Amino acid sequence: MITLQNISKSFRVAKRQTGLGNAARALFSREYKKVQALDNVSFTINEGEMVGYIGPNGAGKSTTIKVMCGILTPDSGECKINGRTPWKERKSHVRDIGVVFGQRSQLWWDVPVIDSFELIRDIYKVNSNEYQKTLDTLTELLDLGEIIKTPTRSLSLGQRMRCEIVASLLHNPKILFLDEPTIGLDAVSKIAVRQFIKNLNAEMKTTVILTTHDMQDIEALTERILLIGKGRILLDGSLTELQKRFSCEKTLIVDYNGQMPKLSDNMTPVELKEGRLTVTFDPTKLSVSDAIAYISNQVEVADISVVSISAEQMVAALYEEHKI
Amino acid sequence: MSAYLALFRIRFSAGLQYRAAALGGIATQFAWGFMLILQFAAFYRTNPDAFPMTPSQIASYIWMQQALLALFMTWFVEHDILSSITSGSIAYELARPMNLYNRWFCQATANRVVKATLRFVPILLIAFLLPEPFRMTLPENLEQLSFFLVSTVLALCVVVAFSMFIYTTVFYTLSSAGVRLVASVLADFFAGAIIPLPFFPDGVRQVVELLPFAAMQNMPLRIYSGSITGSDVLWGLGLQAFWLITLVILGKLAMRKALTKVIVQGG
Repeated sequence: MITLQNISKSFRVAKRQTGLGNAARALFSREYKKVQALDNVSFTINEGEMVGYIGPNGAGKSTTIKVMCGILTPDSGECKINGRTPWKERKSHVRDIGVVFGQRSQLWWDVPVIDSFELIRDIYKVNSNEYQKTLDTLTELLDLGEIIKTPTRSLSLGQRMRCEIVASLLHNPKILFLDEPTIGLDAVSKIAVRQFIKNLNAEMKTTVILTTHDMQDIEALTERILLIGKGRILLDGSLTELQKRFSCEKTLIVDYNGQMPKLSDNMTPVELKEGRLTVTFDPTKLSVSDAIAYISNQVEVADISVVSISAEQMVAALYEEHKI
Repeated sequence: MSAYLALFRIRFSAGLQYRAAALGGIATQFAWGFMLILQFAAFYRTNPDAFPMTPSQIASYIWMQQALLALFMTWFVEHDILSSITSGSIAYELARPMNLYNRWFCQATANRVVKATLRFVPILLIAFLLPEPFRMTLPENLEQLSFFLVSTVLALCVVVAFSMFIYTTVFYTLSSAGVRLVASVLADFFAGAIIPLPFFPDGVRQVVELLPFAAMQNMPLRIYSGSITGSDVLWGLGLQAFWLITLVILGKLAMRKALTKVIVQGG
């Protein structure tokens, strides 16, 4: 169980204008700007939950993760994870958590990946039978095979990323923090990683907190999302709920032959081109079948599709709504 | 304990990859060793009476210094630690159930030991075969040799404990270049890396011999070469132990302070 209560954290950043003159001036006097990275962040995550933590760049996602990992000490507020305050009892706290920072590496650059894994085994004092079992399962699931005998420096980004995920799970953590785990992965690896995380959550009841900019990750993995912007939690809800809120509107795309059809009063044109028409409509006022019928009565339809709002658009709309 | 052993092992095996650097190091240290000995030989010819050490002691001091350079040089740092602070990968190190000070201490020690392991054998082998006055000699007895070994371990730990302060400053300055330059020039000078401490003028020498820097290479090299003998050896080992404990305690306090305001660089 994870609870955060009014967590705030600010950073002091040196401010400097461009140009040589200002650079020289900065040698003698510096101006600092306070950046409020987290502003009274509160939420609760239950055991076994899988939560997507989203927000635009610089919103405070990674800072929150680092506070929850015990790496950063917040200015104020309380955080309890399994009854411990992460930054006060860092050593015992981190024993129970696994973390992947998508932009960094925990593998030793010059030695085979398996050596890094064994170091992690020794650091967490994982029993060697258990370690071997976990390792075998993980390497098979993430299709690593011979890759783990290669030095990290000769791996591709995608291969390395999969190894990073294995490295974070070797000690069977109860809670897994994933900070952009699919960054730089190809389509096949992304699907493999998502499937893997899903199984982990379903079978091992591992609590997963995931930050990402890839909305497909969110769609595939999490039921609950937390939206953060400018250091504040703006929304805490389920993906379906959100979809309902935004999906009162549907988009109809028609490829047709012949003259441009007339639109019903309940349709809002988005794009009208010779041969292709895109409109939006509210299904409570005009049913999907009526809308299709209305168009197909007038023209010969070559292709037709009805689309609900995608997670991507939804998030863009949310960012817009909250002006972040 | 086994976690630190494992860390030592992986740092050691990572260091074994750089064989060309080791060969380069051996060549440099030979050239440097000869130059130093030639210089001291010239001084000796000018005025043998003013010499606080015998030529044979000097030769042993210098060759052992060159052979174990990687253990004792304060300008020599573990770049993985510096880059982990400046690039932000320290985030992973803090997410492990390990004490960061101990972890870095272990890592920096391993780095020095692997570098020294790759270099010391060829240097010593040749140094023992050289003609006088360049030849290196063995200590007079086994006791002296074992005191030398104990003192070497202590000196290595004192040097690493000292370098931990340099790493800690990187939390504040992000570049260790300036601190490293000042700290290492001072430390090497007072540790006897440039001229052995017996050559320091009276009055100054007595003070310098009490500083933490005297607990670095000064002690093992002088015990080996026979410049320190008898009860002075035990006094020297005691001084090393004292400074080691003091530096570790202060270093841990400094790091704890730095960690409460740590910022992970690069998002």
